[in-house]
Amino acid sequence: MRPLLAQVRAETWMTLRRGETLLLTVGIPVVFVIFFSEVHVLPTGHESAVAFVVPGVLALAVMSTAMVSLGIATGFERGYGVLKRLGSTPLRRDRLVAAKIATVVLVELVQAAVLIPVGLGLGWRPAGHAGAVAEAVLLALLATIAFGGLGVLLAGLLRAEVNLAAANGLYLVLLLLGGMLVPVAKLPGALAAFARGLPAAALSGGLHATLGGGSTIPTESWVVLALWAVATPVLASLTFRWE
Amino acid sequence: MPAVECTDLVLRYGATTAVDGVSLQADAGEVVAVLGPNGAGKTTTIETLEGYRTPDAGRVRVLGLDPRAEHRALVSRIGVMLQSGGVYPMLSPRRALELFRGYYPDPEPTDALLELVGLRAVESTPWRHLSGGEQQRVSLALALVGRPEVVFLDEPTAGVDPEGRIGLRAIISGLRERGTCVLMATHELTEAERLADRMVVVGAGRVLAHGTPAQLAEAGGDRPSVRFTSRAGLDTAAIAAALGAGVVEDGNGTYTLDTEPSPRLTADLATWLADHDAALVELRTTASLEETYLSLVGSDNDKPDGDPAPVRRRIRGTR
Repeated sequence: MRPLLAQVRAETWMTLRRGETLLLTVGIPVVFVIFFSEVHVLPTGHESAVAFVVPGVLALAVMSTAMVSLGIATGFERGYGVLKRLGSTPLRRDRLVAAKIATVVLVELVQAAVLIPVGLGLGWRPAGHAGAVAEAVLLALLATIAFGGLGVLLAGLLRAEVNLAAANGLYLVLLLLGGMLVPVAKLPGALAAFARGLPAAALSGGLHATLGGGSTIPTESWVVLALWAVATPVLASLTFRWE
Repeated sequence: MPAVECTDLVLRYGATTAVDGVSLQADAGEVVAVLGPNGAGKTTTIETLEGYRTPDAGRVRVLGLDPRAEHRALVSRIGVMLQSGGVYPMLSPRRALELFRGYYPDPEPTDALLELVGLRAVESTPWRHLSGGEQQRVSLALALVGRPEVVFLDEPTAGVDPEGRIGLRAIISGLRERGTCVLMATHELTEAERLADRMVVVGAGRVLAHGTPAQLAEAGGDRPSVRFTSRAGLDTAAIAAALGAGVVEDGNGTYTLDTEPSPRLTADLATWLADHDAALVELRTTASLEETYLSLVGSDNDKPDGDPAPVRRRIRGTR
C-alpha cells in the first residue's frame, strides 16, 4: 500500500503543478462554459445554451484528463527513462497503473468541483431523476478507462514529442466530432454516423441525455463506451513499450 | 554465495550479439568495475543483472535470485543507477527521494542522503534545472534509498566534476565498509582503478581480462620498463651514454628507457637531468594499467596495424 500511496501523492502533485495541464483540464473547459453559455453561437436548437454546454464540457473535461494529460505525461515519462527506472524499484507495474488511474479520478473530481459551480452560477439546472447523477458518474468512469487506454496506447507507441502532437490533434478532432460543443446531429450524415462510434460522442451523448434531458443514458452510449473501454486498455497493455 | 554471479551470458539484439559469453562475479563488500569501450556490452550485462533483459543463454543470479523470474523478491534489495535519466523532471532532489522512500520497507532518511551526495544546496531545484553532475548525484542517491545489498552503477562518473568524483569515491568506500556489493560499468580507466577492488575488462561482448588493478597492470607489460617525461628534444644519445641503456623519445617529451628499473638508474637519470637543467615531470618504473588496457581493448577492436596511437585516440574519444 505504501508504494501506491506515495505514487498517487507524487503523481497528483505533479499533475496539479503543470501549468499546461491545468490550462487544458480546467482553464479551457471553464472558458468554454462561460463563453458559450453567454454567447449564443452554438446550434443547440430549442435547448438553452448553458443546458447544452455544461454536460458537453464535462465530457470534454474527462477526455482532456484521461486521454490528453495522462497520455502526454506517460509519453514523457517513458522518454525520460522514468518508467524504466521504476521497473527496478519495489513499485509494481499494476500499482503504477492503479496510481495513474487514481490520479486521473482525483483530477476529474477537481474539474467537477470547478465546472459544476460555474455552470450553476450561469443558470444551469441539471434535469433530475433520482439516479441521474449516479448514472452520469458511472458513464464518466467508463469513459475514463476508454480515454485513458487510448492516451496510454499512443504514449506506448510514439516518441514523446510525436505523442504530444498526436494527443493534442486527437483532442481537437474528438472535441469537434464528439458532440461536446456541436451536436452530432448537426454533422453531415456520413460524418455523424462515424462520430457516433467514437467514445467522445458516446460520453457527451450520454451526459446530455441524463443531465440535460432528464432521460436515462441511451444503450448505444453504454455499448460504444464499453467496447472502447475494453479495447484500448487491452491494446495498450499488449503494445506498451516501457523503454 | 557471491552477491552477483553471471556465467556464460549471451545477449543478442536481432542479428547483433551484444554480450557473447560474459562470466563475472562480485561478493558482498566488494567493488567490481566492468571496464571497456562503448559498445563493449557493459550496459547490456548490467541491465540483465538488474532484470531488464532476458538472457539468450547463460545464467545470472543476484543475491541468489533470478533477476527476471524472482524480480519482485529482488528489487527491494538492489539499488540501480541507470546510464541516464530515470527521474521525473519536475521533482526536486528532495521530492524525488521522498517518493522513492515510499517504495522501500526501511528507507534511508532523506536529509542524510542529500547530505551524503552533496545536494543540500539544490534540494528544492527541479531535476530538469540541475547540472549534469547534480542529476547523476540524484540518481546515485535514489539508488541508495532502500539500503541495498547490491548497487549497480552505470557510468556513475559521466559528467561529474572532479569534486563530485572525490565524493563518489567516499560514498563507494562507505558502501564497501557496510558490506554492500557494488558493480559499476565505466569506460574511464582512471576511475575504475581508483574505485574498484577488481576489474573485468570487456570488449566486443567478451571478457578480455579480469583481476585487481595491480594484477592487470603486471599482466600487460612484457617486462618492466622505465618511462619519464621532461622537456622535448633532449639529447637521447647523451642520456643513453650516461645511463648505459637505449633511449627513445616517443614525442612530446616522453622517453622510454630500454632497461630494468633500479634505484641507481633513477638517481643517475635525476642527476643527468639536473646537469642539463631539465625538469623531471613524471617517472614511471612499472608497467602501467593503461598500457595493459589499451593492448587488450586495442587488440580486440583494431586492425593489427602496429600503431597504438589511433587506438588511444579512439578510446579517449568515446565519451
